Amino acid sequence: MKTIKTLLLGLGLTALAPLTQAAESGFTLETVDPEADRKALQEFYQNRFPGVPLEEYVNGIYAIDPPSREQWDALMEFPPYEFDLEEGQVLFETPFANGKSYADCFENGGIGIRQNYPYWNKEEGTVKTLEQEINECREQNGEKPLKWKKGAIAQISAYMAWTSRDNVIDIKIPEDDPRALQAYLDGKQFFYAKRGQLNLSCANCHLQGSRRLIRADLPGPMLGQPTHFPVYRSKWGEIGTLHRRYEGCHRDSRSVPLPPQSEEFRKLEYFQTYMSNGLVVNGPGARK
Amino acid sequence: MRRLTTLMCVATAATALSGPVAAASQDEMIELGRDVFHDKTRGNCISCHSIDDPVANLPGNQGPMMVAMKQRFPDKRKLRAQVWDATVANPLSIMPPIGKHWILSEEEIDAVVEYIYQY
Ligand code: HEC
Ligand code: HEC
Repeated sequence: MKTIKTLLLGLGLTALAPLTQAAESGFTLETVDPEADRKALQEFYQNRFPGVPLEEYVNGIYAIDPPSREQWDALMEFPPYEFDLEEGQVLFETPFANGKSYADCFENGGIGIRQNYPYWNKEEGTVKTLEQEINECREQNGEKPLKWKKGAIAQISAYMAWTSRDNVIDIKIPEDDPRALQAYLDGKQFFYAKRGQLNLSCANCHLQGSRRLIRADLPGPMLGQPTHFPVYRSKWGEIGTLHRRYEGCHRDSRSVPLPPQSEEFRKLEYFQTYMSNGLVVNGPGARK
Repeated sequence: MRRLTTLMCVATAATALSGPVAAASQDEMIELGRDVFHDKTRGNCISCHSIDDPVANLPGNQGPMMVAMKQRFPDKRKLRAQVWDATVANPLSIMPPIGKHWILSEEEIDAVVEYIYQY
């Protein structure tokens, strides 16, 4: 039992003191600098994979690994998400029982707004994601919320991303509310903290380990990860949301995943998407 | 945290049940070590390290190839310590702390060390 306690203590400590890696500014509110983080991350990959233009990072592993790229180019001749896009548009445009529709809930009728999500909501004091607001829109109009990880919610989100293609991602961390920077910092800590029985951080695989084989798996770069979500993944055989993918990556480190749309996952998405500022929306995407 | 504790307890129980292999011959140890190294549900070392054994299938390249182990680790105890907890040498290591997190039993660690020590 003593060993168990020591072990747990050890785990706790690791979580509290996320270890610094190549590409970041600091882990306290005093030192953290999101813009410096974003630049450092870009620099990290440009040194690691010289010659790959920044705008290519929206394509994940296919930006940096030519053999995978070739297979992907073949896959993209008939993008596997086409059906979901059409379905998403129908769902988006079909009025609710009360006659209203999604367009009534969002800015600009919900068209071309993906680049602003997730965002810090000052009134609610929390990070809001697009999927979350899709479900809130339903509930405000007397409809049942959708399941978070796949199916209709991913299809609607895919359609909304598609209407925003090529818009530049523009995540803001409002300076008039220090809780926003804290949310960013929490997301960043989450990304760098080791977890699970295998003691792996997201950074272990997606910074240090990117384009290095873990058996037949090749982790891609973290820069640009959220740009193309939701994603049709051949392994899933269907379309799924970013938080579904977070869940899968937790399993890879043998740790218990948090629920989709949990506060921690929304903060992680906030951090990750801020890192992708300056890249364009290219969702929905397709992955092996 | 509760779930983690449960997981850990299950892990110990499994370790305890797997029993002592003290009486195993060197050959048996090496056979066990080979299983541990290549089996996805055990050490899964092959997912990050390649090794010159015909059974090796889709080796990863996160870590160095398992060669010249005797030259790199004249002291076998140091090799065992590296396998038991790679974060001592490198806190950022992607290599899981195999012993510290009870991924393998102590016997399995001995066995995998014997196995790689031949290369
Ligand atoms: C054991 C290694 C490992 C760990 C740990 C890991 N991932 Fe992954 N991840 C992968 C692999 C392999 C893929 C599939 C290849 C790819 O697309 O990068 C992937 C894919 C992804 C994708 C989809 C990328 C795309 O282009 O569609 C996201 C997003 C992601 N990971 C985020 C995370 C986050 C966040 C964490 C930490 C909570 C994490 N990963 C931890 C190995 C890992
Ligand atoms: C997820 C990846 C991963 C797994 C799984 C893994 N290792 Fe490693 N291993 C590494 C990396 C990376 C290094 C390089 C040193 C470092 O970064 O800690 C390493 C280093 C080593 C070394 C030191 C080599 C040297 O010459 O310095 C040995 C020995 C070793 N690993 C054995 C094993 C054994 C045995 C297993 C399985 C029981 C295993 N590893 C599982 C990634 C891994």
